[in-house]
Amino acid sequence: MGEQAVKVSEAKLTKDDFASDQTVRWCPGCGDYAILSAMQKALPEMGIAKEDLVFISGIGCAARFPYYLSTYGFHTIHGRGPAIATGVKLANPALSVWEIQGDGDALAIGGNHFIHALRRNVDINILLFNNEIYGLTKGQYSPTSQQGLITTSTPLGSIERPFSAGEVALGSQATFFARTIDTNPKLMSSIFIEAEQHRGTSLVEVLQNCIIYNDKTHSLITAKENRDDFQLHLEHGKPMLFGAGNSKGLRLNGLKLEVVTLGENGVTEDDILVHDALEPDPTLHQMLVRMRPPEFPMALGVVRAVKARTYDEGLAAQLAEGQSRAKIKSVKELLFSGETWEVS
Amino acid sequence: MTATAKKRVELDRVVIRFVGDSGDGMQLTGSQFTYTSAMLGNDIATLPDFPAEIRAPQGTMEGVSGFQVQIGSVDIHTPGDEADVLVAMNPAALRANLKWLRQGGHLIVDMDDFEGKNLKRAGYDKDPLEDGSLDGYSLTRAPITSLTKEALKGVDLSTKGIVRCKNMFALGIVYWLFNRDPERTLKFIAEKFRKDEALIEANTKALQAGYFYAETVEALPSSYEIAPALIAPGTYRHIAGNQAIAWGLMAAAERLGSDLFFGSYPITPASDILHELTRHRGMGVLAFQAEDEIAAVCSAIGAAFAGQLAVTASSGPGIALKGEGMGLAVMAELPLVIVDVQRAGPSTGLPTKTEQADLNIALHGRNGESPAIVLAARSPAQCFEAAYMAAKLAIEHMTPVILLSDGYLANGTEPWRIPNIDSMPDIKRQSPPADVATPFKPYLRDPATLARYWAVPGTPALEHRIGGLEKADVGGDISYDPMNHQKMVDLRAEKVARVADHIPAQSVRCEQSGKVLVVGWGGTYGSLLTAVTELEAAGESVGLAHFEYLNPLPANTEDVLSRFEHILVCELNSGQFARYLKSLFPEHRYHQLNKVQGLPFRVNEVKDKIMELCHG
Repeated sequence: MGEQAVKVSEAKLTKDDFASDQTVRWCPGCGDYAILSAMQKALPEMGIAKEDLVFISGIGCAARFPYYLSTYGFHTIHGRGPAIATGVKLANPALSVWEIQGDGDALAIGGNHFIHALRRNVDINILLFNNEIYGLTKGQYSPTSQQGLITTSTPLGSIERPFSAGEVALGSQATFFARTIDTNPKLMSSIFIEAEQHRGTSLVEVLQNCIIYNDKTHSLITAKENRDDFQLHLEHGKPMLFGAGNSKGLRLNGLKLEVVTLGENGVTEDDILVHDALEPDPTLHQMLVRMRPPEFPMALGVVRAVKARTYDEGLAAQLAEGQSRAKIKSVKELLFSGETWEVS
Repeated sequence: MTATAKKRVELDRVVIRFVGDSGDGMQLTGSQFTYTSAMLGNDIATLPDFPAEIRAPQGTMEGVSGFQVQIGSVDIHTPGDEADVLVAMNPAALRANLKWLRQGGHLIVDMDDFEGKNLKRAGYDKDPLEDGSLDGYSLTRAPITSLTKEALKGVDLSTKGIVRCKNMFALGIVYWLFNRDPERTLKFIAEKFRKDEALIEANTKALQAGYFYAETVEALPSSYEIAPALIAPGTYRHIAGNQAIAWGLMAAAERLGSDLFFGSYPITPASDILHELTRHRGMGVLAFQAEDEIAAVCSAIGAAFAGQLAVTASSGPGIALKGEGMGLAVMAELPLVIVDVQRAGPSTGLPTKTEQADLNIALHGRNGESPAIVLAARSPAQCFEAAYMAAKLAIEHMTPVILLSDGYLANGTEPWRIPNIDSMPDIKRQSPPADVATPFKPYLRDPATLARYWAVPGTPALEHRIGGLEKADVGGDISYDPMNHQKMVDLRAEKVARVADHIPAQSVRCEQSGKVLVVGWGGTYGSLLTAVTELEAAGESVGLAHFEYLNPLPANTEDVLSRFEHILVCELNSGQFARYLKSLFPEHRYHQLNKVQGLPFRVNEVKDKIMELCHG
């Protein structure tokens, strides 16, 4: 958060303080319930006054999120959330601005706003609920749907190649990218807090299950029997180990990542890559976000959190400089500035 | 320098048109003549006329750029129908513009440019200076290029740089012709080129050489005198429409005690508003260049939600893209100003040419029952007041306001008596009452205006959620209840309709009742007023109702229309305002004057149409 930002909540708030009076209306079993709950749990820990929190959303199942929080909220139009959130933040940099999107909202209809928000690095937090399907419009394929997926609009299977949200984000010069999953409330809450602490646009991809139209789409990495092998929990400064008992790891082989087993072929922990989320060069971060099971584990946690000037800091600096330099201080002076003449 | 010897002729108004290649500096030449004349107290109106291409191929019809100015000792409301003097720097400019020179008018050409390939490029088979086709005009063949080269011998510039100064030579001729002291332009040159001595010297010498050439040469038999106009006392400045919009918005923000958020995407002819506002970051202007038109309007909606005066601006194609966003502002009942600097459409149309064909999209161009307040500015300087009022109505009635300007107003300039902004009306924020109940109900309304209250993030205890789904009356929760939707649609419509109680009554210029009421709106004001004033002076029974408030219409509109036998609706489209009036007030005898040529009305075509009705 910016230095001007966010007064600290005086009273210690609890999870219940952040629930609105609205009945939550997602389908029973929807992953969104867990995300909402993780957010309501994380918010008191951020210590931000409730009136300084703003949740913006576009359209889709995910976009109902703001109605279920007792903060300021604005449920807007499809894909435009990042643009609206940008306006909110620039108008009042002291607010903590959150923006909730689904994969269609962020990566199809709102793709342009999404990439430019990341490029500008406005200090907002974007949560991308990725269930790889359109839920609210009844089950069409989305830009993150896997090739071949049969949906209401692809009865013979999707022929499009899916976007990886992380790749798009890093290609857009995102300064913060984290990935979490709706089955892991603890990870979600801690990542939401880290996103809030990062200055600049924070993108959190939440792998989320749509129980109706794309059930178990993330099951390869959530199933108990696979979980250890297919989830890599990244931590800054720690080796990239995973598998039962941290028996596996990632190392670089030429320009490619490879999965190795500790103790096999003389591999020791010293051979394993150590995660550096602060590294400005995005090359390795790109490789990490591209990983997919079964060849690789899915990277979870904070992939990237680099320091860069935010748009709002740049703007504030220009406003301050403009103010200190301005010879004209009021509209009245402006009207009389430059060439004028008297008629009597 | 003073003009000597030759005969002086007094004129009460004159129209001068400067035309050349788009790289010839015609806009600069025209505006210098304009400024100098304004300082001498003439009333003035200008019309720049430039191609959409920044630099079309040299010497072609496509690359011709022009600047027309009317100056007078009488009230001037238009840049003039036809030019009295045409200054043409090359054959293409002549060919493209001769139609604007009145019969018998004065034509000054750079004869050096009328040769072989230049004639051919312009599409002339024969040299028009020699074939008798210009016999109906008073022709001065001035060797502008060669004399400029001659005068600038020894100046430390390339030949190309020297030839570039020929526009100053031409300006010198026109200064002499109209007995204007070039002193002001000499100062301008010294300031503009202060970092380059050679350019100062070259432009100064070229201007002086042109002036002395005109004084000496036999081809110019007389010089003309235009006395100062009788205009209201005060301090004056020049202002163009886009600049006036920017300043009007800044004045509104200052009065409101808010920063000004301006979300915009570059588009002709609206971009100058963005350029002007970005210059004033020191005065609390957040001008944000968004990634597209949609983000421009949406960022402004975000800023409005956060409590700022928020504005977006564009032209037709961009307005089409903003439609969904405007609908959100209607539904969320947030204050938002949308400026549409109209250009000729449809689609990309004629980007640099003027038209008034976005009235329909302003009134109706959103899905659902989606009313918005619509205003139209009537002159370049009046854009200031129009922008201020647009902001005031948006803030006080918590609803989007569309302000229509057009390419003609945007780039046209006129002298402006600087207003006393302290006497402009207050702008009152719709803050929730201090004792408002919590939890805050976001669709609680001011009972008089029906505007909802503007509780902004950062305010303790007023947390609430709004959005684009239909809202339950008062409480603001999502509601799919049929009767609630009916009620909310009606409330939003009634809220906008009640704005009629907060805007001035429609005034009528000239005759207050009688035979013909000319009805117009927006940037056609100058032409219509000139036509009506002249015909009234000639004894015709004609009045002018020029509308600035288009939705809602002023409360006395019906009364105004009913005082005349014939209603003549004049607009630069195919009849959009006429259809609107007919649908609201069907019982009058309507006639139409419509034009879609990318050009303003000529006074004479308006007068002809009025005369038809007066005596038909």
